[in-house]
Formats: sequence, C-alpha cells, structure tokens
Amino acid sequence: MIFRSVSSSSRLVRIWDSAGMLLVLAGLFLVCSLFVDNFLTVTNLRGLALAVATIGMVACTMMFCLAAGDFDLSVGSIVAFGGVLGATVMNATGSVTLGVAAALVSGALIGFFNGVVVARLGVNALITTLASMQVVRGLGFIVSDGRAVGVRTDAFFALGNTAWLGVPVPVWLTAACFVIFGGLLNQTVFGRDTLAIGGNKEAAHLAGVPVIRVKITLFTLQGLVAAFAGLVLAARMTSGQPNTSQGLELEVISACVLGGVSLSGGVARIGAVIAGVLIMGLVQNAMNLMNIAPFYQYVARGCILLGAVLLDRLKQRG
Amino acid sequence: MTRADPALSFEALTMEFPGVRALDQVSFGVRGGSIHALMGENGAGKSTLLKILSGAYHPTAGSLRHGGVSKRFTSTAEALRAGVAVIYQELHLVPEMTVAENLFLGRFPRHLGFLDRGTLRKEAELLLRRVGQDISPDTRVGRLSLAQRQMVEIAKALGRGARTMAFDEPTSSLSARETGRLFEIIRELRDQGTAILYVTHRMEEVYDLCDAATVLRDGKHVVTHEVLTGVTRDALVKSMVGRELTNVYHYRPRPHAPGGLEVRGLFGPGLRVPVTFAVARGEIVGFFGLVGAGRTELLRLLCGVVPPVSGEVRIHGTTLVVDSPRAAICAGLVFCPEDRKKEGIIGVRSVAENINLSARREHLRAGAFIDSGWETRNAATQIERLGVRTASADTLIGLLSGGNQQKAILARWLSEPVRVLVLDEPTRGIDVGAKSEIYGLIHDLAAAGTSVVMVSSELPEVLGIADRVYVMREGLVSAELSRPKATPEAVMRAALPAGAAV
Ligand SMILES: Nc1ncnc2c1ncn2[C@@H]1O[C@H](COP(=O)(O)OP(=O)(O)OP(=O)(O)O)[C@@H](O)[C@H]1O
Ligand SMILES: [Mg+2]
Repeated sequence: MIFRSVSSSSRLVRIWDSAGMLLVLAGLFLVCSLFVDNFLTVTNLRGLALAVATIGMVACTMMFCLAAGDFDLSVGSIVAFGGVLGATVMNATGSVTLGVAAALVSGALIGFFNGVVVARLGVNALITTLASMQVVRGLGFIVSDGRAVGVRTDAFFALGNTAWLGVPVPVWLTAACFVIFGGLLNQTVFGRDTLAIGGNKEAAHLAGVPVIRVKITLFTLQGLVAAFAGLVLAARMTSGQPNTSQGLELEVISACVLGGVSLSGGVARIGAVIAGVLIMGLVQNAMNLMNIAPFYQYVARGCILLGAVLLDRLKQRG
Repeated sequence: MTRADPALSFEALTMEFPGVRALDQVSFGVRGGSIHALMGENGAGKSTLLKILSGAYHPTAGSLRHGGVSKRFTSTAEALRAGVAVIYQELHLVPEMTVAENLFLGRFPRHLGFLDRGTLRKEAELLLRRVGQDISPDTRVGRLSLAQRQMVEIAKALGRGARTMAFDEPTSSLSARETGRLFEIIRELRDQGTAILYVTHRMEEVYDLCDAATVLRDGKHVVTHEVLTGVTRDALVKSMVGRELTNVYHYRPRPHAPGGLEVRGLFGPGLRVPVTFAVARGEIVGFFGLVGAGRTELLRLLCGVVPPVSGEVRIHGTTLVVDSPRAAICAGLVFCPEDRKKEGIIGVRSVAENINLSARREHLRAGAFIDSGWETRNAATQIERLGVRTASADTLIGLLSGGNQQKAILARWLSEPVRVLVLDEPTRGIDVGAKSEIYGLIHDLAAAGTSVVMVSSELPEVLGIADRVYVMREGLVSAELSRPKATPEAVMRAALPAGAAV
C-alpha cells in the first residue's frame, strides 16, 4: 500500500486525541471568565481548586483501575472511613502521626483485600467493590457511632487549612498526586503493565506481565490514596464525617471517562484525566456562581458526561 | 445479464485509512458459479476488499456491481439482504445462543407473534443438512469446534439466500479433514451457481479449489487469471511479492551443542503419557500432529501456562520451576502462542508497545523506569527486520492486517536474547514472501545457539525447516525422526490414529 503523508483530516484527529479535552477545558474557562460574574477572581479560583482536590487525588488511582479494565466503587466509603478513623485515633492518642498512619494503613488494607478478591479469587470487580463499599461505609458509622468526630489536635489542620505560596495545601497535594501517578503511568513498567493487562489480560500474562501482582498493587494504591484524600478532607472540615463523599466514586469515574479513559481498559492519559477533573469542577463552580439549583446541577452533570462519551464514539467512527 | 457478465465486480475501488491507501483503484470481476482466489502479501488489502463487500467499510471511491446493478452497502445486514455473505476468520456468532437461534437471528419464525420453536428447529435442521452437519440445532454455539462454527456460519448465509459468498482465510485453523469437508461444500455452492471469492495464503488451496485468481499488491490490482491452467506457482508468487522466490526454507545444517532444552517426563492435562524430549543448542525441532494431537497442550505445559502434574524441564543444565510464563521467560524460554487475537496482540496499544512488552524488563533504568530511547530503537529495528507493514510504530496494532500483527508478535520474542524459542503455528496467516524471511530468521537464531521448538500443522513447513521431527498423536509422542528419515509418508503414518491406514 501507499503510505502518504498524513492527511489534514487525520492530523485533526490526532490533535483531538492528544489535546481534545484540554481544548474543551480552555474553551470553558474562557466562556466562564467572560460571562460568569465573580468567576475570574483569586478567591473563586482557589475555591474551585479546593473543591476538586478530593476527586483529583482519587481520580489518579481510579485511572489505573480503569486502565487495567477494573472498577473500584469503594473509594467514597474509604474517603469517609479514613477521615473518621484518623480523627478517632488522634483523639484517643493525641498523636497526629498515629492517626494518619492508622487511616493510611487501613485504607491500604481495604484496597489490598479488594485486590486479592478480584485478582486472585477472580470475582468481578464491580461486585467485590460494591460489597466493600457498603461494608466500609458501615465501619465508618460504627467507629464514629454515626456522628461527626471533631478533631481536637490543631496540628492536624495544617493538612487542610494552610496555604503555601498562596495555594492551599490540599491543592499542592493533588498536584503532587497528578505528577506521581502520571509518571507512574508513562515512565514505569508498572504503568505499562497496567495498560497491557487492560488491553488483553491473557496476552499480557503470556508475555510475562505479573498480572495478579499488578492488580493487587493498584487496588492497594487506590485504597491508600482514597484514605489519604479522606484525611485531607477531614483536616479541612476539622472533623471526620462518616456520611461524607457518598457518590464520590461515580464522580471520579465520570471525570476519568471525560478524560478519555476507556472503560474496557488499556487506554488512559494523565493529561486528559486532569482536564476531565477540572471540567467537572469548573462546570459545578460556574453553576454555583449562577445560582442554579442543585437539582438542575445533577441533570447538567449527567448530560456533560453523556456528551463526552458520545463525542468519543463519534471520534472513533472517524 | 448475459452469461459472460460477472456476478460481482469491483470498479476502481479505492479505500483510504489515515496514512494508508489500502486499496487503490482496484477493478476485477467474479463470475457466478466460480471460485475466485484473492491473493497478495500481508497488508495488500484483501480483507479490506471483503469488508467493503460486506458493508462493514465504505469505500473512499469506486463502486461495486452485484447482479448487474451498482451497489453501496451501508451495513452487513443490507449486504445479506442483497444476497452477499462474507465469512470472516473471526466468526460472528453469539456463543451463548443455540445453533438454531444463531441461524435465524433477527428473523425468527413467528406464530401469532410468539417465537415458533417447532418451525425454528425444523428449518435449522434443514439448513444444517445442506452443509452436511449432524449437529443438533439445540446445541449452544459456544460448545462447537471452530470448524463446526464455520459450517453454522455458512448455513446461516445459505439460509438468507446468499448468491455471492466470500471467505477470508477460512482454513487457517482447520484440520486436514475439516478442510476437505469445507472444500466439498464450497464446490457444491459453486455448482449451484454461487459466485465465490476466496482469500488464502496457501498455494495448494488455490490450485486445488479455485477456478480463477486475482493478485493484489500494495493495494493495487496486479493481475487476474480467468483460468488457472498454465499459470505456474512461481509466476503467481512472483506477481504477489514482485520478485523470484527460491529456496523458501533456507535450510542449512548447523553444528549442535548439547544441553539446550531437556524435558523429562512432562505430564499434565491434554497428554496421555509423560513426554520426554531434548533439543540441543542450535537445533530446530519440529512437532507435527493433526489437530487435537496434544501439541499445543504440551507447549502450554512446557512454558508454564498450565501447571504440569509432573516432570522436569532443564535449560542449559539448570532445572526450571515452570509455574508461570514469567518464570519461563526469565529462564530464557519464550512462547509465541497460536491464537494471535486472544493470546498475542494487545489491540488497543501501539505496535511499538506490543513489541517491547516483554523485553523492556531487561532494559530498565533504576529498576522500574522505562528506557524510552531503547524502546524506540528496538521497535524500529524489529519492524525493519521482520518487514512489518505499518504506517508508524505508534499505529495501534489492531489496525494492522492479520499477517502483520503476527509479524509484530514474533518481533516481541526476537527482541530479547532467548535460549529456547517455542513457536506455536508461527506462520499462520503470513504471506509466502514473509514466511521465507521468517524461516531465515529462525535459522539465524539457531545458528547463534538458540534451541527452537516449532509446532505446525503444515507438513511441508515442518519438514522444510526442522533438523528433527517429533510426531504426536492422541496425547503422546508416537515417533522421533531425524531429517533424512522424515519423509511425508513416515510422518503421516506416525500421526494418524493407531489402526488407521495411510
Ligand atoms: N481500520 C483500519 N484503520 C487503519 N488502517 C487499516 C484499517 N484496516 C486495514 N488497514 C490497513 O490497510 C492495509 C490493508 O489491510 P488488509 O487487512 O486489507 O490486508 P490483507 O491483505 O488482508 O493482509 P493479511 O494477509 O495480512 O490479512 C494494511 O496496511 C492495514 O494496516
Ligand atoms: Mg487479512
């Protein structure tokens, strides 16, 4: 066959592929700056960034789960449980370190458990994490007796309520997650193995990819990061709240899908996921500024997600 | 329409994909009541032409005439309604449904609005009888063998009154007997006046089965032979690859050194008795057997895909614990599996990514980081070395032609220093020219000291390249023949079930 120079239409496809969501983000940002009052102010942008911190952190590891062709529905519950457990342990021992360690270790353990059940026992990830989502939510209520646990150690609040160079610490932490997990995805064997598993598990296994180990690792990371996000959230709210972040898992998955992560596995890009997270936050922020009632916001969010997916289908058809 | 008019013709058909022109102004005709071979190298555009015929792709330019009328199918269903059926290599049946349900999918017989099971069964039986199958219409398709599924697919096409049928490499995973049965049916179809387009890389099939032949090269029409008498094999090959091809197998004797691969008493699922064999360093050993003889099962035990019940595997004198493909690869034993789509390629990743999948572990920085410089270089080298036809190393492997995907998977295993190379049907779907190059590569590897184990269902291939041949039959090794003793007769005698005459 003849390999011609890439035609202009396919060049457009390529640009869309690599930067499509970034363009949408830039466009949205421009429109909001021009037409939404109070949008382009330092206070509002700082609020926006804070609002996406939790979703952003969890989206990093969710991206890995989806890239490997799996799901994790338990993240919302782990966020709540991490905050509650951290607060409870801090209050009991008076030590921030112990509280943080307890939350992180238990988050990682829950993730590890998910990973073992999914990867080694071969149970469907949707079912497994649907179960652990409920179990962990329940554990959060049990630990806190169903009430918010106010933290009495002021040192802990540094994690949520201080700023560095004018940017809130949670935002720095989210950025750090993006850098770390972006690097993990693109620069390491672990990231490539994850994508290979999502693309074709059998072929990856035969090519020497340690499928079970990689899957358990990424579920463990997911639990760890969710618990960490829970701690940061608790520090911002100065308390661990057992009923926070309900439905977070769906928002996180939505953001990833907006960011072009394929639900059938094998395809993921960190840049697009960041854009997906920011688009979700931006739209929500603009709707708040425009005083749109929460009921309508649900409808709008659903439509955006559907729109993104349809756009993706159109692109694939060419 | 007069008798001489072709039943099906392509007129200046052109198909462009991003960066590739898969078909370039292709014109030829297929007569009714004839079997027309479509040949050409990997990536020549054969499958693309068939996909246009079935309505799966829409041509960039040009047209299709069917029964004297210009047609443009927008979907497979529309093509089927017009009497055109294409049987792909990957079959399109629903494994969870029964044979009868699959046969009448989308047009179930109804009685007062309800599914009429009685009629469904009866009509399904009739169709199955037409393709000579005595499978029950109530069997679930998932439980049928590949050959049986193919027959169901043909029956399905017949049920919709197909007057034109096309086959894309239909015999590549069939046993000799199944192939014979398929040919009988294709001939019957021809005698009933069906126009048949038949894609294959096997020269014997062209001469055995086909009446006419068209050759494509680089998406262009090279030649159409309306009759094959007087057209030599060499001439056909030359028009496909554009050059003379002599000495396909590149066989030359090599020195062997002991201590390559030693297998003692390996036993597990799919075998009847423990298997013992050895392959010296620098030796090429072929395993021949009919489909179901246990060759693939043996390889899967050897390479850690399926845990063996007992047995010992030694590589260069060291005992290997084969509990996973990973352990085998670490010990220098690599396995190129038979089912490319299911076990070989990762369709949503690039060609480069697929090539580097395993060998990258040997080239890490700081133990975990990818060496992207090495990866780019390796992908480029391997693509060049195996002649993989791809627009770039970043193209998704799923978009390559079947044969080029196979070459990329071979490239994966040629990217690392291996001690034992295990190949299961390595040249399936690969064109004659590329086959010859791959045999050459296998010889070079052996000359450098690699032990090669090759399984193939193609007897000429095994006899052509192997220093020694093991023959398998019904889950055991029935003969070991050195190259001079390995005549086709001797091998076949050992391969046929005990008691069967040659
Ligand atoms: N969907 C697609 N997108 C991009 N390129 C494609 C697509 N389908 C096919 N091609 C390209 O078109 C060319 C022809 O492919 P095709 O599958 O028709 O080859 P083929 O003759 O069937 O080869 P083989 O003998 O290997 O099966 C190849 O270069 C292939 O990479
Ligand atoms: Mg093909």
